Amino acid sequence: MAKITLDKLAHSYLPNPGHEDDWALKEMTHVWEDGAAYALLGSSGCGKSTLLNIISGLLQPSQGRILFGDTDVTHAPTAARNIAQVFQFPVVYDTMSVRDNLAFPLRNRGESPAYVAERVQEIARMIGMEDMLNRKARGLTADAKQKISLGRGMVRKDVNALLFDEPLTVIDPHMKWELRTQLKSLHNEFGHTMIYVTHDQTEALTFADKVVVMYDGRVVQIGTPEELFETPEHTFVGYFIGSPGMNVIPAKVEGDRAYIDGAEIALGQGYGPMGGRVEIGVRPEYARLSDSEGLPVNIRRVEDVGRHKVIRADFFGTDINIIAGEDDEIGADMTRVAFDPARVNVYADDWRVKPTGAAA
Amino acid sequence: MNKTTNQKAWFLVLPVLVLVAFSAVIPLMTVVNYSVQDTFGNNQFFWAGLEWFEEMLASQRMWDALGRQLMFSGIILAIEVPLGIFVALNMPKGGFWASFCLVMMSLPLLIPWNVVGTIWQIFGRVDIGLLGYVLDRIGVNYNYTQDTVAAWITIVVMDVWHWTSLVALLAYAGLKSIPDAFYQAAKIDQASRWKVFRYIELPKMMGVLMIAVLLRFMDSFMIYTEPFVVTGGGPGNATTLLSIDLVKMALGQFDLGPAAAFSIMYFLVILLISWVFYTVMTNLDNRGS
Repeated sequence: MAKITLDKLAHSYLPNPGHEDDWALKEMTHVWEDGAAYALLGSSGCGKSTLLNIISGLLQPSQGRILFGDTDVTHAPTAARNIAQVFQFPVVYDTMSVRDNLAFPLRNRGESPAYVAERVQEIARMIGMEDMLNRKARGLTADAKQKISLGRGMVRKDVNALLFDEPLTVIDPHMKWELRTQLKSLHNEFGHTMIYVTHDQTEALTFADKVVVMYDGRVVQIGTPEELFETPEHTFVGYFIGSPGMNVIPAKVEGDRAYIDGAEIALGQGYGPMGGRVEIGVRPEYARLSDSEGLPVNIRRVEDVGRHKVIRADFFGTDINIIAGEDDEIGADMTRVAFDPARVNVYADDWRVKPTGAAA
Repeated sequence: MNKTTNQKAWFLVLPVLVLVAFSAVIPLMTVVNYSVQDTFGNNQFFWAGLEWFEEMLASQRMWDALGRQLMFSGIILAIEVPLGIFVALNMPKGGFWASFCLVMMSLPLLIPWNVVGTIWQIFGRVDIGLLGYVLDRIGVNYNYTQDTVAAWITIVVMDVWHWTSLVALLAYAGLKSIPDAFYQAAKIDQASRWKVFRYIELPKMMGVLMIAVLLRFMDSFMIYTEPFVVTGGGPGNATTLLSIDLVKMALGQFDLGPAAAFSIMYFLVILLISWVFYTVMTNLDNRGS
């Protein structure tokens, strides 16, 4: 196991990338800690699979280096990296038994039969397939096959990292939860460095210690689920994480006050002068309807999703979502929306602006 | 739910029945008819029972032809299947050259049988054929009209040239359907090239290979035109395969009864071997699951 260092890493699928848009992966430098579980989260085409393939060695980056521990593996072939990968569609060797599948990576590396037998037994116990060892892998359910590919990855003790490329896509919903829980407990027990690619925020937030949110070839934020929720560093994070996502409203910010079309909003903290396109971001959870304070809005509809209500409103053309408690009465005169000042973030050109001081 | 009963629906299958009757059932029954009767000309037929079948089963001529036929099918399958797989494995995976190879390989499949026969008949001639002439000049004793081994080599090579593409194309289609993830996983597992073939490519190709083997077996077992054009069954009877012998018997000697009995047994042998092969292969396929 090892920490993973991405050093000025960038990748383009074009031979001579010039313009910034030519890069599928924009230059990045990050250090991922040994033994942590990371989720790469982002919508399709944001570069998360490119990054994963660079880490696994299936792709050579156009620029920069990648290190496992202190070893530069940028140009090392996949086999030399000692990583394991679980793919979107289950990859098992159909004609082999479950036992032979699990033993395959060890036998290919010339381990002794006694050691192989011992490890296979251990892994089978971990993934709960001890009673199926002698079965042919063909005809097993998708989740059983995914467990085998996971087991094949963990059977090597020296594995540097376990990579997952949207591994739950083809799994039935009721099995997803179970597999994810199992993954999480395997991680807690054995402490492999895990990197999990997904576009599903629930999967990412429940699985990972740290979520790496990617947008347009860039890592926009690496943080705990709580950090992503409370202080999204980029409006995309605010919008992508949460249901519904963060409200983003164009505003003018002066000190600890924001002005939206003349209406004044209190901010929890003071801000220095800033340029570019300024917006404020507030999660629907921190907005509430009121009859006396806040922005005047036009309520379009109220959706009752069971545990709470989602109010869809608009403020001169900008959508604003508000989450209200299941038992909250929504009166006809409640046509204003107020924000919790401490929870309002300020963005300039989509990036969060750090406050300069406390509110006056 | 109440089903409406409308017997008129039977009329809808009538066209198919008529078509199948005229294209398959009636001709086959004519053969069956001949096989159980004898004639002394003049279009007069007498009931002969299973006499012709008994005669054919006792005939050394038929067993010899069957032996040659099995040897021919065996040899071409043993060459074409591995060679086809080998070609498919080495074909480009995409782009211009993949299309180019596909077109080039399809060409022999598009040439009519008797043209293929004529091409090889001329190609192998010692006086004017490129192959025969060259072999003769470098001192190889090659003459397919007089030498049994040369005749066999010629028709085997001709069949390999004509049909290996079919196996290769089917195997290529099987290979193309394997997702990249399998190869990536094999790399991560440090599988050798042989193991990738044995545990990923071969299992995924099994289905199409089965079809390829069945098609090639049936086709080669019924082969007529090409060897007939090249060797005419000779030298002697060295390349007289089953269908060549059958045609000699039916049209050359006009022994309708024995030829009909021969045809029916011929048909049953193909049916039997194909069925056994198919059953064994599908059982192998389902083993253990």
